[in-house]
Amino acid sequence: MLAAILVNGLVLSGIYGMLALGFALTYGVARILNLAHTAFYMAASYFLFFLLGYTGFLPAALLAALLVLGLALLAYRFLLEPLREHEATVLIVTIAIALLFQEVLLLLFGGHFRSVPALLPGFVELLGVRVAQQALLALAFAALVLLLAWAFLKGSRIGLAIRAAAQDMEAAELVGVSLSRAGYWAVGLGALLAALAGLAVAPMATLEPHMWTAPLLVVLAAVVLGGLGSLPGALLGAVILAFAEVVVVNLVPGGAFLRTAVALSVLVLVLVLKPEGLFGTSFAEER
Amino acid sequence: MTGPLRVWSIPWLLLFLRHEVLALPSRVIALLFVLFLLFFPLFSQDPYLLRVLTLSALFALYAASWDLLSGYTGQVSLGHAFFFGISGYASALLGRELGLAPWATIPLGAALATLAGLLVGLPSLRVKGPYLSLVTLAFPILALGIIFLFPNFTGGELGLSGLPRLGQNRLEEYYLVTLTMLVSVYILWRIANSRLGLIFHALREDEAAVRMVGVNTVAYKLLAFAVSAFFAGLAGGLYAHYLRVAGPDSLSLFTSIQPVIWTVFGGIATIYGPVAGAFLLVPLLELLRVAEEWRMVGFAILILLVMRFLPQGVVRGVLDRLEEECPRCKVRNPFTRRRCRVCGVEMRLEVRA
Repeated sequence: MLAAILVNGLVLSGIYGMLALGFALTYGVARILNLAHTAFYMAASYFLFFLLGYTGFLPAALLAALLVLGLALLAYRFLLEPLREHEATVLIVTIAIALLFQEVLLLLFGGHFRSVPALLPGFVELLGVRVAQQALLALAFAALVLLLAWAFLKGSRIGLAIRAAAQDMEAAELVGVSLSRAGYWAVGLGALLAALAGLAVAPMATLEPHMWTAPLLVVLAAVVLGGLGSLPGALLGAVILAFAEVVVVNLVPGGAFLRTAVALSVLVLVLVLKPEGLFGTSFAEER
Repeated sequence: MTGPLRVWSIPWLLLFLRHEVLALPSRVIALLFVLFLLFFPLFSQDPYLLRVLTLSALFALYAASWDLLSGYTGQVSLGHAFFFGISGYASALLGRELGLAPWATIPLGAALATLAGLLVGLPSLRVKGPYLSLVTLAFPILALGIIFLFPNFTGGELGLSGLPRLGQNRLEEYYLVTLTMLVSVYILWRIANSRLGLIFHALREDEAAVRMVGVNTVAYKLLAFAVSAFFAGLAGGLYAHYLRVAGPDSLSLFTSIQPVIWTVFGGIATIYGPVAGAFLLVPLLELLRVAEEWRMVGFAILILLVMRFLPQGVVRGVLDRLEEECPRCKVRNPFTRRRCRVCGVEMRLEVRA
């Protein structure tokens, strides 16, 4: 049981980690509470499913990621950036975008459950637990992507600008960071991370046009748990919530109904004790 | 005219109508809208049309309650379905267990929602901004988890069906819901434009400053939650009895998002904005049923386009073109007037070469 929790928790952490980091980047730098974030993740899985009919896995995956990146940048350029002043408007514009994705996919593919064939079929015995090889591959992929993203954010000048903007927009602008350019980079990187998470999940999960809502709640919770604007916080939040979910599903009777509920109660508890999240910078004083 | 004019006398009413209501396009539209709602059944009693209007009225009330909390005090609630849903469930369960009639259970459900509002409001004393939105988001999901855990008591996925009807027929239900909506929205509007509303406004703009002038911000924030939850609960109870089912759908994420859509589409922090939003979008969604498959696609694209070009909502976007503010006395005037209707100053200065 313990081993199952450990292994499944790690796999789920990897997926949520990619999604949460992307969400945190978009919110931290472009100040967009992007409720369409997991819709991008869903779009990537469906693109992969569609393109696999024509090419091999690698080109299909690459193309899917690029398509999602393009869509996200277009949406940011034409819909979100001009409206950034109106917070509530941005909120419903992102909802509308997510709804549009969902409905277009419903039109094109119908409401059926679809699946992408596993890249590595078969199981291995790990600490006495039967684990799909595909899940281990996804875990390795997630770890690689997160490391690369981290290296990019830590190592490059653009990464420095993005981190500065996420920490304190005004101070970053004062030292010469172009907030508009940092915004495009952050939105692009965020969408790319969402797309990669979608590609990692696609061979393990069933695809259906409503698959974006469940992870959205967890990702929102993870980012807030870690503290909005804090990138390591987002990752830690994702790990905590992934393990909370896996523990509930494995140990509590009827846990499948409660998995999101318990994850969110963890969030409420932490916020009431520590209102700015685990690593949050205090936005309360921002005027 | 001779002699003092008694307030609420017929001549006073006519003068009021002429100078205060008919003078401004927005008020004419509001008057026509209320008259339309009240007299619509005289022209058509088509059950389908009555149903669409009744549902629009229910959602208008629900959205207006959201606006008082989120638009005015800026505590954006993404879990408003909690109040809407538990009120419906409470009303259904009270009716089933105690055999009470809807006129008793709906207010009780709304009262329970008010208590829930205080409960959800408690974190707001510590948590702010987007953090608070996400805390509120957790409550309906928690309630949903509990409902699925006890399917024998709550009906599980199917919900509780076969609730007693609101009235004898569609027409009675229509008037009951519409009048409740009009009265509640009027109350909400009066609250929003009173001293209380001013404090709510100030809480959104700068909470620290409000506290500094000696206002008990804790009490006012909780009050905003309680009042908003009461009206959301009222709408939820009516909705459950109108559809005659209290189900898990009423607690779903989409139900929480709906009032946000109606309100932002109509115009946030206005109270009449959400009403306009609901009465525009709900019938439109019905109209789009002609192309069932494309319905939600069209809806999403429409919202994207309208919000892109009228970011402050339809009501403000349209009214700003129909009316303008007098540069001196700040009274609003229809765009046709060259001089302000109160102080007579020229509305637009001619630019001379």
